[in-house]
Amino acid sequence: MSAVSEAIARRVAGHLRDGEVVNLGIGIPTLVADFIEDRPLVLHTENGMLGVGPTPAGDAVDVNLVNAGKLPVSETPGAAYFSSSESFAMIRGGHVGVAVLGALQVDARGRVANWAVPGRPILGVGGAMDLLVGARRVIVATTHVTKQGEPKLVQECTLPLTAERPVDLVVTEHATFAVREGGLVLVEVAPDSSREWVAEHTAARYEEAL
Amino acid sequence: MAVAITDAGEAVGQVRSGDTVMVGGFGLVGAPLTLIEALVASDAARELTVISNNLGEPGKGLGALLLAGGVRRAIGSYFTSNPDVVAAHGRGELEVELLPQGTLSEAIRSGGAGLGGFYTPTGVGTQLAEGREERELGGVRYLFCAALRADVALVRARAADELGNLVYDKTARNFNPDMATAGATVIAEVDEIVAVGEIAPDEVATPHLFVDYLVRAEVTL
Repeated sequence: MSAVSEAIARRVAGHLRDGEVVNLGIGIPTLVADFIEDRPLVLHTENGMLGVGPTPAGDAVDVNLVNAGKLPVSETPGAAYFSSSESFAMIRGGHVGVAVLGALQVDARGRVANWAVPGRPILGVGGAMDLLVGARRVIVATTHVTKQGEPKLVQECTLPLTAERPVDLVVTEHATFAVREGGLVLVEVAPDSSREWVAEHTAARYEEAL
Repeated sequence: MAVAITDAGEAVGQVRSGDTVMVGGFGLVGAPLTLIEALVASDAARELTVISNNLGEPGKGLGALLLAGGVRRAIGSYFTSNPDVVAAHGRGELEVELLPQGTLSEAIRSGGAGLGGFYTPTGVGTQLAEGREERELGGVRYLFCAALRADVALVRARAADELGNLVYDKTARNFNPDMATAGATVIAEVDEIVAVGEIAPDEVATPHLFVDYLVRAEVTL
């Protein structure tokens, strides 16, 4: 796990509310599980499990017990298994408290593009669209800029949107933005970053409420 | 119809070229690997439309069936995890229909439940809404999705009793219970077949009336 991914995951964990049912997406969101420790959170995974536990030790790995990223996980007391259609009934039906998702881009209204890259055939969508439509809250966990150094928070997404619904919170290694009244609001700057860095590397308009 | 206990080769003889086949599993987890291997070995099963969340991994599970030229069309939610799928699609050898995972699983559930389709809020305003009927109900926008059914469904369970009642194992359950309701013929691959009564009625996840054939698993993860 890179230090940047770890920093993002730790910050996201701080925004989860005790008692919430949490769905963690693939990539950085998966790492959030490592920072919730003994807090009373219940993890849901789209492939049909409520009560996901931490990564098991090598000799305790069960090939039939995996998360949405197909990585081995464990059971917590009170865990339950169910079918894919029931899992997505939970998601679309508003029974999952918060979804943590990755993003390729986020626009100035807080809408996410995270499933399709132009120029490449569109051959994968998974559960992202369902989670964006159905989770009661959505938190984006992403690096602030792309590997090429381009801002991921942009005025308008150039990539196809995953849903029309805006997310609630965007957490990067540098900053946290809340989405309020249809716009981005900078609510946190990481101690090792600065308002200037964030301003320089954010291409979407935003307000400040630090 | 009473369930028939048979071997994988005979069971997949139910699949004809050009059929639509549902195959359970999330990647390889919960995929009926013994039945898939028998399909790969069978010359009869070609030009298939496969409904499955993914097409396995390179050379494994449905990935092997793809390389054997068995799949003409795939309906699922996440194919990018197998680069062979991307390549076959690029060469024009494989037609792909992409559905959000919740829409895919509900389409299968609906098919098994005798419905024509359903309205879902998922995908509204996105590229996947193109060509779909949109309807507003109670102030919310929805997309219509037609139900899915199959000629044959291949599912994976942990155990069956001799009537065909099925129980699953952890997250290997995934699409299997939904698909077990939506195939005209349903073949279940299981680790063990036990006497009637050994699975408690309250534990049964797929009641036996859905299941036509039982096959013991020989290929496992």
